[in-house]
Amino acid sequence: MALLETKNLKVYAGETEIVKGVSLTVQPGEVHVIMGQNGSGKSTLLNALAGHPKYSVKGSAEFDGKNLLALKPHERARAGMFLAFQSPNEISGVTLSAFLRRAYAARFGKEVSVAEFEKILRDKMKLLGMEPSFAERGVNEGFSGGEKKRSEILQLAVLEPRLALLDELDSGLDVDALSKIAQTLALIRKKETGIVIVTHYARILKGLHVDKVHVMKDGKIILSGDGRLANKLEEQGYAWAYKNAIED
Amino acid sequence: MDETILKEYGRDAALRKAPTGDAALHVGKKAQHTGLTIDIVKEISEVKGEPDWMREKRLESFRIFLSKPVPTWGPDLSHLNFDDIVGFVRPKGKENTSPNSWEEVPSEIKNTFERLGIPEAERKFLAGASVQYDSEVLYKSLRKSMTDLGVIFTDMDSAVREYPEIVKRYFMTKCVPATDNKFSALHGAFWSGGSFVYVPKGVKVPMPLQIYFMMNYPGFGQFEHTLIIAEEGAQVQYIEGCSAPHYTKDSMHAAVVEIFAHKNSRVRYTSIQNWSTNVYNLNTKRAMVYEDAVMEWVGGTLGSKVTMLYPCSMLMERGARAEHLNIAVAGAGQIKDNGAKIFHMAPDTSSKVVSKSICKQGGIVRYRGKLFVAKNALRVKSNVRCDTIIVDSESKAETIPVMDIRSKDAMIGHEASVGRISEEQLFYLMSRGIDAEEALSLVVRGFIEPIVKELPLEYAVEMNRLIEMEMEGSVG
Repeated sequence: MALLETKNLKVYAGETEIVKGVSLTVQPGEVHVIMGQNGSGKSTLLNALAGHPKYSVKGSAEFDGKNLLALKPHERARAGMFLAFQSPNEISGVTLSAFLRRAYAARFGKEVSVAEFEKILRDKMKLLGMEPSFAERGVNEGFSGGEKKRSEILQLAVLEPRLALLDELDSGLDVDALSKIAQTLALIRKKETGIVIVTHYARILKGLHVDKVHVMKDGKIILSGDGRLANKLEEQGYAWAYKNAIED
Repeated sequence: MDETILKEYGRDAALRKAPTGDAALHVGKKAQHTGLTIDIVKEISEVKGEPDWMREKRLESFRIFLSKPVPTWGPDLSHLNFDDIVGFVRPKGKENTSPNSWEEVPSEIKNTFERLGIPEAERKFLAGASVQYDSEVLYKSLRKSMTDLGVIFTDMDSAVREYPEIVKRYFMTKCVPATDNKFSALHGAFWSGGSFVYVPKGVKVPMPLQIYFMMNYPGFGQFEHTLIIAEEGAQVQYIEGCSAPHYTKDSMHAAVVEIFAHKNSRVRYTSIQNWSTNVYNLNTKRAMVYEDAVMEWVGGTLGSKVTMLYPCSMLMERGARAEHLNIAVAGAGQIKDNGAKIFHMAPDTSSKVVSKSICKQGGIVRYRGKLFVAKNALRVKSNVRCDTIIVDSESKAETIPVMDIRSKDAMIGHEASVGRISEEQLFYLMSRGIDAEEALSLVVRGFIEPIVKELPLEYAVEMNRLIEMEMEGSVG
């Protein structure tokens, strides 16, 4: 069974149609990359899949064979969906560790003691080369752009989702941070996690086997291919993709 | 202090205009125990076996009470019916002696604790504190080590009998005189219970002194008086927590807290109030802070129908410092009119205010602050920060900071923020598996965290629990 299967998915912000019928199938352990210029609907698609209340959705989307669209955002998360935010919100006064412990309990449906969770968190942080003090700061409170991304990656690593939706996780990061992301993704992929990456650049993909690349334009997937398509896009630009799509 | 300041401070001309004679004394007289009458004032004094000076003080206060109008500058108090408030109810089963061990505390009171869900650990902790049930202190036990230090921690009534020189000097004289406002006058006439803390020179009290206040009869007014005196170099923390079961008639709480922080002393007064939502909570709390002394107010006001509470720090001498931290939550039908008043009367004094308010389901929160800097008070520093979260569109928040700065070099900072909990914020938390209600409560807990972290652990736990309960049903 497919992990995620959308058919003719349309997403609206109020009256405006932003995603205009996307059909996407992600199998467990697959890595999909969605590329496209600003305003093509990539981020909206991911946010709608995670259940953002701003959007209304038509068409169908199944997660693990169940109707995704009937689930509230927190139910989607508990079922194993994870969205790494492009610009995550600040939750002032709530430490990252306290927040993650709640999220962990919700995700896995069991309470964990502070001590127990601290061990889990420490292990993941060590793996990602993070200082333990990082988790004692308020969630995204006064974080730099890079720190926000690192916080998202840490959350991803701790919550071990079944489907990870990554919204421009790579933007504004240096080479070291990028290699940490690639490492983390390779790790969760081994656990049959499906990954959908929205990105402008192919560089995040280095060292990561990509199964499918999709190009979005005006709310539609206009071209799909294997991993080589990403490199081709980087070399030739979107104009090439649009031309090919028309010929398709 | 010049005349205008004295007036602002509360000692206005009403004292001179107080009516005298029998006519004044019989205004509002009704059947015994159904209204606030001169007879009840006399009865209170008689039952307590008070000395003449206290009896006179009560009668004087009652005259002032009658002469003063209900204040109209704040929330609507027109539904407040003084005649429905019973001023003095002696708890059932109380004989001449107070119980002094947990076993002797009446079981109905224990049941009240049970119903309030006070955790086992906290109940045990109460064994080292004193508990006020209705008007009188029922249970009190002071650790011996404290007595050995010369610290006095007793109920206010006993203090009047046992320490008349100290009480006479400090009780509603310099700090909160009966003339201060209508409710302090009311309090002066009907006060009963409350605690008295005296810390001798140089003594640092090693643990917080704690007391619980409760109201348990319909229409029952409570007027407890707290008087805390820290002599030179002394240090003390005082904590009171208030909870009340729900009942139907409007009820009123008009407490007075007077604190004297003498030279180089340090006093922290912490209070969590959670009255049932029909209570008018109209308190007067003030501290006189002297040379290089530090006064800290930590407060949480939940529940109640109308709260008017503006703890005041009078920074009287060089180097005096005040810190005011407060959390206020207003829900359906509730008005929280609260803030801080700080009077910088001397040079090199400093103050800091952090106020965090939350309003939801049509509740109204108002920060009403007063900051005064006298002309000769040079090098004053003051920083006021008030943040408000408005949970839904029916609720309202207002900030009314009044500043009267007369010195030429005061450094004053004022920051205010009013925000809504954004959809984005809640979605972020929900996308991590946290449901809407918990997400909201998490955001709110984070918001008040800077103040909660100043509370002792068991209070912090209780505060967070109260906030969670308050937030239930807030998500549409």
